[in-house]
Amino acid sequence: MKIVVCIKQVPDTTEIKINPATGTLIRDGVPSIMNPDDKGGLEVALQLKDQFGAHVTVITMGPPQAEAILREAMAMGADRAILLTDRKFAGADTLATSNALAGALRNIEHDLVITGRQAIDGDTAQVGPQIAEHLHTPMISYVAGVEYDGKDKLTVKKEDEDGYQMLEVHTPALLTVLASAFKARYMTVKGIIDAYDSKEIEIWNADKIDVEEMKLGLNGSPTRVKKSFTKPQKVAGAVYDVTPEEAVELIIAKLKEKFII
Amino acid sequence: MDKSNYKNIFVFVEQRDGVIQPVGLELLGKAHELSQILGEKVVAIFLGHNIKNQCQTLIEYGADEVVFADCPELKDYLTEQYSQAIAQISDKFLPNIILFGATTIGRDLGPRLSARLATGLTADCTKLEISEEKELMMTRPAFGGNLMATIMCTERRPQMSTVRPGVMQKMSRDASRKGEIVEFKPVFDASKFAVKLVKKVKENKGKKDITEAKILVSGGRGVGCKEGFDKLGALAETLNAQVSSSRSMVDAGVMPHDVQVGQTGKTVRPDLYFAIGISGAIQHLAGMEESDLIIAINRDKDAPIFGVSDLGIVGDFAKVVPLLNERLQKEIKEK
Repeated sequence: MKIVVCIKQVPDTTEIKINPATGTLIRDGVPSIMNPDDKGGLEVALQLKDQFGAHVTVITMGPPQAEAILREAMAMGADRAILLTDRKFAGADTLATSNALAGALRNIEHDLVITGRQAIDGDTAQVGPQIAEHLHTPMISYVAGVEYDGKDKLTVKKEDEDGYQMLEVHTPALLTVLASAFKARYMTVKGIIDAYDSKEIEIWNADKIDVEEMKLGLNGSPTRVKKSFTKPQKVAGAVYDVTPEEAVELIIAKLKEKFII
Repeated sequence: MDKSNYKNIFVFVEQRDGVIQPVGLELLGKAHELSQILGEKVVAIFLGHNIKNQCQTLIEYGADEVVFADCPELKDYLTEQYSQAIAQISDKFLPNIILFGATTIGRDLGPRLSARLATGLTADCTKLEISEEKELMMTRPAFGGNLMATIMCTERRPQMSTVRPGVMQKMSRDASRKGEIVEFKPVFDASKFAVKLVKKVKENKGKKDITEAKILVSGGRGVGCKEGFDKLGALAETLNAQVSSSRSMVDAGVMPHDVQVGQTGKTVRPDLYFAIGISGAIQHLAGMEESDLIIAINRDKDAPIFGVSDLGIVGDFAKVVPLLNERLQKEIKEK
C-alpha cells in the first residue's frame, strides 16, 4: 500500500498574543510546528506502515523553511518527502492550494491520501475535501479510527456531533484525520540522524505538476481577503472584590434586573 | 461568467434522522435579512427521505421557496450523494449565494462542492453582510480566534459560505407565511457512490446541546475537578441550565468534548453565561462573548474574563456558588 500524507507548517496559534496598544498580532518568536491534525494523519499512515509495510510519502506546500516539518516527518518514520514550493503558489486560497496539491498527487503513485481535518492557522477544513474532488476520489472527513483489511478495504470511524458513524470505502480514497484520536509518536534518535544525514528531500516547483497557471496562487483563488482586524473589545462591566454573601446579593440583583428570575 | 444570471440566496437546510437542524433555521433567518437588501428570494434546499411534509416549516421560518429532493439515496448524509444533488440544483437554478451550517455535514459538503463548482468557499463565518456593490462580505475568525478576516468572492458564482451554528438568529415562526414548494429529482451517477454507511452510533442521548441552552453554567481550570463541577451542576439544576466547560477541563479529561465552549469547541450565545474559574483565553472568549449577560467568578482580579463580563466577582467559587444556589432555591420557592 502506498500512502501520501499532506502536511502543513503552521504558527503555534496558542502562542500568539495581541499587542494591546496597536491591536495587532505579535508573530515574532511564535514557533512554527507541524499542524496537529496533519501529525495525527501521519501517525495513521505510520501505523499502517508498522502493520502492513505501507510506503509513506509526506508532501507539503510552502516556503523553503517548511522543510523542517518534512525532516520531522522522516524522523518519525516517513519514507519519502516532497517540498512543493514556487512563487507561483503564493497567495493561494484553499481552492488554489488544493489544485496544486492535487496536481502533485497525480504524479505520485498512491492508494491512499491522508490529510489533517484542518490547520490551526486557518481552521477551514477545506483543502482535504477539495483535493479529493479534483482527484475524483471518495473521501471521509473527521476520521477518528481506521481499520485496513490488508487488501483494498478501509473501515473508518467518523466523528460527528451526536457520536460517530462507521463507514466503508475501497482504495483509492482520501481521509481527513482528527489529531485528538491519534497520539503521534516521537521522533527516534536513529530517525533523526537518518532524516538529516542520509535522506533527501525532493524539491518540486510548478513545472513538476500539470496544472494550468490560472488555477494556482492568487490567480487561481476565487476568494480574497478584503480586510482583517482584531476584534473590537466589549466595554467591561463592574468587578467587585467582596465577601461571598455580598457577591450573592450582587448576582441576585443582576438576575432580577435582567428578568432571569 | 455573467454574474447577473445568478440570483437568490440558497440555504442548505440539513436534517438528521428526519429532524431539521437548528442551524438551518438560523441561516434562513439571516438569509431573509440579506434578501431584503439584495431584493432577491430565499430558497431552502432540503434533501432527505420522507421529508416532504416538513417543507412548509422552512417557509414559516423565512424561506420564500423550497427546493426539495425526497429519495432513499438521500436518507442519510453521504458526501457524494448530496454533492451530486446540490451540484445539479446549482446548475439548474444558478444561485447567487449558497449558505451551509458549519457542522460536520456542511464542512464536508461545502468544500467538495466548491471544488466541483470551481467557486470560492469561506469557512466558519460569524458575520454576513452585503457590500455597496451587492457582494457578500463574509467575516470569520482566524489564527485561533486572534484575528477576524472579511472575505469576498467577487468573480465567481455561487458565493458560498459555511456559518457557525448558534451565531445567527432564527426568525420567530410565522404560520401565515406563504411560499412555493418545488420538487427536484436528481439524476444520480451511482457508480460514484463509493462510501457505504455501516452504522450510526449516538453517544450523547437525551442530553441537550449546549448551543440550545438558555443558561449555561461554565467551568474552567479554577473549578479544577469533578467535585467542583458537581457544585456547578447543582446550580445548573436550580436554574434549569446546562453545564459547559472551557478547553482545559476537556483536555484534562474532566468534562466531555461536546460541552466545550470556544474556538475549537462550540459557539454559544445564551441569555445568561456563568464563567466560573475561567480565565478567559481568547479562544474561549471567541465562543461565548456574544452571550446576552455574562457573570464571571474568578479568584484572579486580573483575569481577562472580567474584560467581557457584565458583572465580575473576585472570589472563591467553592464558597460563592453553593451560597448562590441556596439563595436561588429560596427565591424560586417564594415565587
